[in-house]
Amino acid sequence: MSSPAGASPAAAHPAAAAAAPSPAATIRLTVNGVVHTVQAAPGTPLLYVLRDDLALRGPRFGCGLGQCGACTVHLDGAAVRSCTIPVAAAAGRRITTLEGLGPAGRLHPVQQAFVDEQAMQCGYCVNGWIMTAAALLARTPNPSDAEVRSALAGLICRCGAHMRMLRAVRRAAQSRG
Amino acid sequence: MINPTLSRRRLLAAGGAVVVGFAMPALTGRGGEAAAAPGTGMPAPDALDSWLAIGPDGRVTVFTDKVDLGMGVSTAFAQIAADELDVPVQSVSIVMGDTARTPDQGGVGGSTSIAVGAVPVRQAAAEARRVLVGLAADRLGVAADTLAVRDGVVYAPDDPTKSASYGDLIGGRRFNIAVTGSAPVKAPDQYKIVGTSVPRIDIPAKAAGAFTYIVDVRVPGMLHGRVIRPPVPGARLVSAGSAEGLPGVHRIVAKGNFVGVVADTEWHAVQAARNLKVTWSAPRVPWPAMADLYTAMWSMTPTTRRVMAQAGDVDGAMRGAARTIEARYAWPFQSHAMMGPSCAIADVSDRGATIWSSTQHPHQLQHGIADLLGLAPGAVHVIWVEGSGSYGRAGMDDAAGDAAILSQAVGRPVRVQWMRADETGWDPKGPPVVVSVRAGVDAQGNVLAWDYVARGFSGSGIPAAATTGGNMLAGQLVGLEARGFDVPTVVQENYAFPAKRKTGEIVPWPQDGSPLRTANLRAPSQPATTFGGESFVDEMAAALRIDPVDFRLRYLRNPRDAAVVRAAAQHAGWAPRPSPRPDISRLGVTTGRGFAYAPRGNTLIATIAEVEVNQATGQVHVTRLVLAHDCGLIINPDGLRGTIEANLIQSTSRALKEEVRFGPSGVASVDWATYPILRAPEAPDRIEVVLVNRPDLPPYGAGEPATVATAPAIANAIFDATGARLRTVPFTPERVKAALADRTWPAA
Ligand code: FES
Ligand code: FES
Repeated sequence: MSSPAGASPAAAHPAAAAAAPSPAATIRLTVNGVVHTVQAAPGTPLLYVLRDDLALRGPRFGCGLGQCGACTVHLDGAAVRSCTIPVAAAAGRRITTLEGLGPAGRLHPVQQAFVDEQAMQCGYCVNGWIMTAAALLARTPNPSDAEVRSALAGLICRCGAHMRMLRAVRRAAQSRG
Repeated sequence: MINPTLSRRRLLAAGGAVVVGFAMPALTGRGGEAAAAPGTGMPAPDALDSWLAIGPDGRVTVFTDKVDLGMGVSTAFAQIAADELDVPVQSVSIVMGDTARTPDQGGVGGSTSIAVGAVPVRQAAAEARRVLVGLAADRLGVAADTLAVRDGVVYAPDDPTKSASYGDLIGGRRFNIAVTGSAPVKAPDQYKIVGTSVPRIDIPAKAAGAFTYIVDVRVPGMLHGRVIRPPVPGARLVSAGSAEGLPGVHRIVAKGNFVGVVADTEWHAVQAARNLKVTWSAPRVPWPAMADLYTAMWSMTPTTRRVMAQAGDVDGAMRGAARTIEARYAWPFQSHAMMGPSCAIADVSDRGATIWSSTQHPHQLQHGIADLLGLAPGAVHVIWVEGSGSYGRAGMDDAAGDAAILSQAVGRPVRVQWMRADETGWDPKGPPVVVSVRAGVDAQGNVLAWDYVARGFSGSGIPAAATTGGNMLAGQLVGLEARGFDVPTVVQENYAFPAKRKTGEIVPWPQDGSPLRTANLRAPSQPATTFGGESFVDEMAAALRIDPVDFRLRYLRNPRDAAVVRAAAQHAGWAPRPSPRPDISRLGVTTGRGFAYAPRGNTLIATIAEVEVNQATGQVHVTRLVLAHDCGLIINPDGLRGTIEANLIQSTSRALKEEVRFGPSGVASVDWATYPILRAPEAPDRIEVVLVNRPDLPPYGAGEPATVATAPAIANAIFDATGARLRTVPFTPERVKAALADRTWPAA
């Protein structure tokens, strides 16, 4: 029996199509308002460049499959999954991570609401929830409870901090009023 | 934004440790370093300096082997130490789980971090306060018993000129005394910080993206590793392929049936693991078809059968019963499915090994890694760094073994982070359990006897702590023998039935090198045993046409048990009546409520679930959960509520959705699509927690208990709503529809 990758069949990975070796290129990225130049194969998922080349900690690897949201960043203000976006597709666009979500030196209202509601257990997932909620509130300042839940339906929180995170999003919506 | 330039590129130097504190103190300039026990490099547990240090600025550092799994334990420890020392809680920092700096407390498990783990910290803090007050008395020339302490300053209440701060008295120096346990600790009514909702130490940095998780640790010269697992257990490595055509690959490491790649970048390692051509032998899987699992478990001959508790003459009482009731229940394999796949960094060289890991057992892992690599335990330094929330023996220690083998092979530091399929597909699984219960009742409806049997697999295949190389997956794959342990599982309950027997049985299961090896998963096996017990109690109450709460109260004689049951019922507005509800319609959406209670150790809980069942689709939605919780003295009410709410969500997920799928080609649950868990739209509409505080009792555990009674409360609520009884977890729409089709209520 031959298995190229044990229990992780290549077909299950959306990024696998771009996995064919390609030479590194010079790519300019604008992250949290700062321009960076990185050397990376164009097909490298943005997540690895943000974490490993730019040493950012907000976006995290959870699945690499677009299923959990742990890697969420904003691309021109929209919440996207950096584990499935090739770095080349982010060049020339505005990338915002959890570290750069708030105004300089301050927390974004959604981040503040997560602190106020003590809305996490381990917090590994929280990047996805905060970034997705911030994008939602930018679009829909006063969402209903059902709208919040469905906007956050693509996220995983294994610890089960859902109730507090939902409360935090409501609190942030009210504080922005 | 939170200081992006400073938080970036902050490398953790080899040998460094992560300190969690309200303010991050510099690691240098801190008070006396922990005292090493001879020979092991480990701080001596009887030395005060092993537990606590005070810096020149008066900041307190507490050292403990108990690590934070994301439930706020570090904050609770800070509260306990601050209260005992009379310092502001913000001045306390915690160093957790470093084999060179924290005493061995046996690691984390069984909800004991506060109940057991905080005891020596409290003692050391009390001792330190006594020493400091004595030093102040000498310096100020007054009797020690005339002095008081506030905010880390010892002062004479009647003479404001006489005072000395902790920083002045000891700052940066060692205490050099043993903790004798003779310093009196405060009585609960003197607590000022314990019992209050101090905000969690770690949350601001986590919300800002500035927190250091294990996945953020970088060491100089580090390479990236990934592992390739056999397709099925027992498959032997035929050929591990070559690195040719795989960019950035430093080495393919093959050892026994362990295969890994080491590459210059993380993405190169990921691609190499995916594209490497590995050939395995193709043995038959050593397990039955998934659909036959529970039948197979009941048909196996137990290797161990232990009567765990017995009262009265069960067999005699059964023979004399007017009526007997009997039922069987089943709980599936479940995955820890940690949010962040397991990650570790290993730096193995001639000088020894340093391992950064989010293990729950740093000192035990030190021995396991030493065994795996052929080193003396003293040559291994394990440094815990907080990971994604963990709930037992998941993959953290296995990833440490993987990184250690890869680093030893290449002679450089290697970081391994598992892919999602490695985590969900290959973590040690929470084991399936089958339960059989029989009860005898007399003509008046009194329970005469209860005979409870729980049957599980080889105890747990993987012990909670990886004390040997063979207890890590990599060790098993290179051919080291696993040392499992056989502890039969049993239900915890306190019903005063006149005759009672509780039996635990173990049936064999292949564990080594298997993705279905079994290990502790939050409140090990108790969600399963309580599911059987509390569903059955509900079945008895229904058969006897008695309200489920009243029925339980008839047999709960311990006042704390009864109090927690009443607290939940009262808060929920429980109206007494038998289940199922009197007016069941067999069509459409119907609602019901269910009750379950359980002790876990000394902690007691009662859970009420309210559900909505769509009888056309089989969908169950939990509209409301109410939980009453008595864990003795409460350290931090808001932190406790957060942990309880999370337990309730996770256990609702386990009850409604979670089951590891497997077949002839291996484990098929490998990601969030094939192992779905509860998401935001499915979360209950409301969760209400009733805390029963018992300042007269010690603090008992709270990390797990709220998990154990959710499944039976939901099953009992589904029965109440529909008359259909769910006896197998999870309650998927297919299972619910099958149960609806089978139901005997209401009488057709
Ligand atoms: S890591 Fe990107 S969605 Fe899970
Ligand atoms: S808080 Fe741990 S995964 Fe969400």
